[in-house]
Amino acid sequence: MASRQVIKRVKYKDTVKDPGTPGVLKMSEEEFLFMPHNPKSASKFNVNFKTIKAQKNTKEGSDKPPWLNLSNNQGRSFIFEFESYSDLHVCRDFVAKLHSKLGETSEKSSLTCPDEQLSAPEVQLRIKLLKQNSELQKLHKLFVTGGVLSEAEFWATRKKLLDGDSSKKSKQRVGVKSIMISDIKPSSDGRTNKITFNLSSEVIFQIFAEKPAVHQAFLNLVPNKMTEKDFWTKYFRAEYLHSTRNAVAAAAEAAEDEELAIFLKHDDSLASEIRQKIRRVDPTLDMEADQGDDYTHLPDHGIFRDGSKELSESPHELSRRTLSHDINRHAAVVLEGRVIDVESEDSRKLAEALAQSKQADKEDEDAKLERFSRTSLMTEIEDLQAPHDLPLAQLCIKNPRDYFDSQQANALKNSKDTPGRVELTSGSLSTQEAYGSLRDSVSTLKAMGLNDPIIKPEVSFKVLNVLTHNISSTKYHLGKNPGESVLDRLPNARKDDLLHHWTSIQELLRHYWSSYPITTAYLYSKVSRLKDAMSQIYQQLEELKETVQPELRHQVSRLVRPMQQALEAAFQHYDADLQKRSAKNGEKPNGYV
Amino acid sequence: MASVPSKLYADDVSLLVVLLDTNPLFWSSSSFSFSLFLSHVLAFLNSILLLNQLNQVVVIATGYNSCDYIYDSSLAANQSVENGRMPVLCANILQKLEEFLLKDEKLGKEESKGRIASSMLSGSLSMALCYIQRVFRSGLLHPQPRILCLQGAPDGPEQYVAVMNAIFSAQRSMVPIDSCYIGEHNSAFLQQASYITNGVYSKPQHLDGLFQYLLTIFATDLHSRSFLQLPKPVGVDFRASCFCHKSTIDLGYVCSVCLSIFCKHHKKCSTCGSVFGQAQSDVASTSDRKRKTPDS
Repeated sequence: MASRQVIKRVKYKDTVKDPGTPGVLKMSEEEFLFMPHNPKSASKFNVNFKTIKAQKNTKEGSDKPPWLNLSNNQGRSFIFEFESYSDLHVCRDFVAKLHSKLGETSEKSSLTCPDEQLSAPEVQLRIKLLKQNSELQKLHKLFVTGGVLSEAEFWATRKKLLDGDSSKKSKQRVGVKSIMISDIKPSSDGRTNKITFNLSSEVIFQIFAEKPAVHQAFLNLVPNKMTEKDFWTKYFRAEYLHSTRNAVAAAAEAAEDEELAIFLKHDDSLASEIRQKIRRVDPTLDMEADQGDDYTHLPDHGIFRDGSKELSESPHELSRRTLSHDINRHAAVVLEGRVIDVESEDSRKLAEALAQSKQADKEDEDAKLERFSRTSLMTEIEDLQAPHDLPLAQLCIKNPRDYFDSQQANALKNSKDTPGRVELTSGSLSTQEAYGSLRDSVSTLKAMGLNDPIIKPEVSFKVLNVLTHNISSTKYHLGKNPGESVLDRLPNARKDDLLHHWTSIQELLRHYWSSYPITTAYLYSKVSRLKDAMSQIYQQLEELKETVQPELRHQVSRLVRPMQQALEAAFQHYDADLQKRSAKNGEKPNGYV
Repeated sequence: MASVPSKLYADDVSLLVVLLDTNPLFWSSSSFSFSLFLSHVLAFLNSILLLNQLNQVVVIATGYNSCDYIYDSSLAANQSVENGRMPVLCANILQKLEEFLLKDEKLGKEESKGRIASSMLSGSLSMALCYIQRVFRSGLLHPQPRILCLQGAPDGPEQYVAVMNAIFSAQRSMVPIDSCYIGEHNSAFLQQASYITNGVYSKPQHLDGLFQYLLTIFATDLHSRSFLQLPKPVGVDFRASCFCHKSTIDLGYVCSVCLSIFCKHHKKCSTCGSVFGQAQSDVASTSDRKRKTPDS
């Protein structure tokens, strides 16, 4: 930056219309300062650039004077009128430069610590997960609270855990009680002819769901033609008539009152809905075959209901509504579950919501299309169809010969690069001499015959010792109880220690190896943090091995060995990487690869 | 003692395919002499044949430039002529071995010097597996096969892919690969081979007693082996060789399409030709999403 400070003569305006206070604007790297010419003027201020969020300016060539508008993060704006556009541009560029610089530093600070912004439910989910899993909690406490890993790092390796839970969180659908509302008996006080039905919003919902005709009638009649109370009174009157099986009386009433008739008539909308459902049935299913299974119309068949046998062979159309219809309808509603989410006492609202949800159901014209496609799918003749497999990309293996040829060339080149290995293994002999000596040894053997004895007794004893070493001890212990593992024979505290060390090593190693290759300074510091934590655990393992009882020491060390090996591999890699890094350091400082 | 061509199956009848390392470069630098090694192995082979009349032994020489079948007990003629010093079996093997060495040497003359002193393990493993497949298909009943690698030379990383392929095909056909390594350092190839195929890996400490190691660990048939407490391996070196430079690596890049291993980042997989890069992966992910949405 050529100039670290800009001073211009400007007029400060509170608003666009304000004539302005003449004065001097002084911009430095941190703040800008306005000093009015008139020292008594109140509009003297200095503002830190960090609070400035945006700047606007008028365009050269427009009819407006050169204005610069700086707005701060509280929504206040400072408007300066410059004497010329060149002044304005100098100031604008100065502010723009400062702005990008500030942005950079804030980005940098986020780079060193990529901590994500968490929403409250995410935090709660994490807390819940920690509570459910004590092992996780232990690890979290050890590493995050201990400062080895940051919160974000810790959870980054457990994204699956977080995702899995959030998918499970999807709301469970509320079911419907399986009890049939038609079983709700009216209560009568026994003295008068009055009978009382108790209605709740739950019951109303079920009535609406099971009897679309009632639902439709409710929407049509209430509250335009009758009150809700009248409506339900009528409904239950119809129900009562139906249950008394007084078909003639019902017919008479229906003739008088057309609204009542709605409830008693065969439900057309239900029938049409059923027809629609039948259309959705697999087209290859023979539905007519099933009709032969219907016995209810035969004499001595039927279902007892309310103490009397229900005869479906009733002459009257009204009573064709059989119990099996009701049960089936009810079952359908129960299986469907509660499709609407309205918890309201107002049955009008309930009715409307239900109507809406049904509308949505019906609105899929695609269903028809789908039916067609399904029919064609079921009836298609397979060998006449084009194969409809998923689109897949073919794995293209090039001519294998290319591969092997290129490999051989590489291998040759590589072996030339490492002459040390060849010399080491081939010894001082040439290939020819080597073959010669090998043939010699074969012919010597031919001449001499096999050794007798093949093995000397003392060697044999040594070998036996080696081969049976450890077998006796493990067998002695393990033989008694095959289900028992080595861990079970350790004291509980030791066992917990070992398991805990194992899980923490796993955690650390996972983070450690995932940080390679080191590309940023942040990863570099993370790796060294992890390495320190791991060397601590390594020490603890050593101590644990030494403090254990002598008879268990062998077992424990066998358990500890793989852990230590894993850690050693990590340390080795760390050292090798460090060396490489320091060798390179001349050209590329800062720990960047 | 001609063994009857086995059509009978019993759980204690074995077909043992022995891979004999005859790498001259290894044996000339080893402290353990080849003749001593041979005498132990020959005695071991004899014991195998004595364990069960139906047992069958096949010996394959793993040379520096080639490999070949040296001996097959099912083909051995019934000549009981002994020269007084050793059984016919041993004489036959030694004879064939000499011939093989001559052939192997001739093959190598054209090749330039400066190769890693590894043996053709991949070749002999493949030959063993081919032989076993033939046995599998030749009749209803057959002895239970297993492979024993007697290896001394170091691993040749350039053979990594071929060896791993052989190991996996052995795993598929349920043939365990046992290995007895007599070289200085552990062999990662053989460790992996035995681990993957449920075989036994052993590295004898006292080579003078090799015969005893062989007899104790590798002589029993697979059925009896399940009752034995064999020495457990210390650990397995699972490191892989990269496909590009054939060097053994700890960390590397893996092709997401064909699982080839590379030590450096490549723009294009040399095995299957997949192009790695931002553009490619974007296309793949969007098409994935498109395919998934109708389901959900």
